[in-house]
Amino acid sequence: MMKTDEKLIINGKRLDGRKPMDIREIEMKVGVIPNANGSAYVRFGKTTAFAAVYGPRELIPKHLQEPDKAILRCYYNMAPFSVSDRKRPGPDRRAVEISKVTKLAIEPALFLEEFPETTIDVYIDIIQADGSTRVTGINAASLALADAGIPMRDLIVALSGGKIDDTLIIDLCGKEDNYSEADIPIAFLPNTKEITLLQMDGRITPQEVKDTIRNILKAGEQVYKKQKEALKNRYK
Amino acid sequence: MKEYILNLLEKNKRIDNRKLDEFRKIEIQKDFIQRAEGSARVKFGNTDVIVGVKLEINEPFPDTPDSGILRTDAEFTPIASENFFPGPPNENAIELARIVDRGIRESETIDLEKLCLEKGEKVWGVCIDIRIINHDGNLIDASALAALIALTTTKIPKIKDDEIIREEYSGKLPLKHKPITISIGKIGDKFIIDPCLQEENLLDSILTVSVREDGKICAMQKRKNSLKVEEINKIIDLAVNKSKELRKLI
Repeated sequence: MMKTDEKLIINGKRLDGRKPMDIREIEMKVGVIPNANGSAYVRFGKTTAFAAVYGPRELIPKHLQEPDKAILRCYYNMAPFSVSDRKRPGPDRRAVEISKVTKLAIEPALFLEEFPETTIDVYIDIIQADGSTRVTGINAASLALADAGIPMRDLIVALSGGKIDDTLIIDLCGKEDNYSEADIPIAFLPNTKEITLLQMDGRITPQEVKDTIRNILKAGEQVYKKQKEALKNRYK
Repeated sequence: MKEYILNLLEKNKRIDNRKLDEFRKIEIQKDFIQRAEGSARVKFGNTDVIVGVKLEINEPFPDTPDSGILRTDAEFTPIASENFFPGPPNENAIELARIVDRGIRESETIDLEKLCLEKGEKVWGVCIDIRIINHDGNLIDASALAALIALTTTKIPKIKDDEIIREEYSGKLPLKHKPITISIGKIGDKFIIDPCLQEENLLDSILTVSVREDGKICAMQKRKNSLKVEEINKIIDLAVNKSKELRKLI
C-alpha cells in the first residue's frame, strides 16, 4: 500500500462522488465478438474487459484430455495501453495467478462433465484498468460462458470490497485500490451463495473482513441483475 | 485410502493420529545457508522448505523513491516430488510465492523505508527465495513461516565504494511486524489444520489467512472450489486463534 495525505472520502462521498456502498456505472454487452462461441464486454466505471469463450472444442495434445469431463482454461491478460505506464505485452506473474484464481472462480458454475475430452477456453482481455480488473474479467467471463450456451449452475457474480479512510466500501477504483487499507475481491454463485473467489490484502480486523464479505454478497445482487438483463438484451 | 481418511475424519481422527486442529511436528533451523544474508529451514512433518534471503542494491521504483524493494520467488524443484518437473515456475509456484509475498508485504513486516541508500538512486532489494525440498502438503504455511524466520535472521551487508561486502554486516534487517500464515482445509463439515499431502488431495476447499500480531488480517486466498460465508467466518476465527500457537515458535 502506498500512503497519501489526500482524503479519499470527503463528507461521506468518494473521489468519484459515490457513497461507500455505491457501485460504479455498469455496462454489459453480450455477443460482441462474432468469431467466439460466446463473448461479452463489461465495464465498471473506467475498468473495461472483454471475454471470449472458445469451445467446447477438441483438446490437443490429447494427453491433456480428461476422459469424463471438459477441462477449463482461463487466461487473464492486460493490454499494454490499459494502464498509465505502458505494460509489457503478455502475461506476467500477476496475470498467471489471476488466471489461476479466475479458473477456480468459474469452475464450480459449469457442468464440465457434459463435454468429455474437450477444452473450454476463456480469454479475458482488460483493455482499460481502473481497479477491480479481476472481478470485472470474471463478470465478463460469466456472460461469455452463458452466451456460448455452456450449461451452468448459475451465473458467476464478482465484486470487490475494501476499506479506505476508516470506511468500508465496495467496487474499488484504481486510486482507492492503491491507497486502500484492504482490497477483497470476491466471486460467488448468487443462488447458493457459494463463494468461488476470495482473496484479500491489507490490514483490517477479522470483523471488518466478515462485514466486507457480507456487503459484497448484498451489493452483488445488483451485478447479478445487470448480467441477466444483458443476456436478455442479446435476444431482443 | 480415500475412504479410510474420510472415515477417520468422521470420527475426528486423522491418518497420522493428529487432532483436527493440530499441526504436524514443526522443526526450525535458523541460518541454514551461510552465504545468504538470512535463511531458515522449516519442516512440517515431512514437508521440508528452505528459504534464503539475499540483499542486493537496486534502483527504487519511481513511485517509492526512498523505499526498499521486496521480491519473493519460489521454485518447486524436481527433487521434492514425483509431480514436480524441471522448467520455469508454474502457476502453483507463482501462486505460492505471491501468497507468501502478500503476507509479508501487506503486514508491513519489513521496514522498507529504512532500506533507502540514496533517494531515487539506490535502495536495498530484499529477495526471498523459497525452495521446496520435500512436498508432503501445506507448502504455503511452511514457506511463509520459513520466510518470516529467515527475515528475522537477515543481516544487512556492509557497503564499500558502492560494492556489497558479502559476509560482513552493518546491522540487522529492520522488521516492524510478524505475520503468521495459516491454511485451513475443509472436508465435508470438518475443518483441518496443516493438511498432509494425502489429505490435501481430498479437500473440498481451503482458505489461507495471514494474521498479524495485533490480530489484523493482512492477506487471504481461497484456493479450491467454494466456501459459504459462515464457513469463511469460522476459518478466519480458527486462523486467528491458531496463529498464536505458531507465533510462539518464532
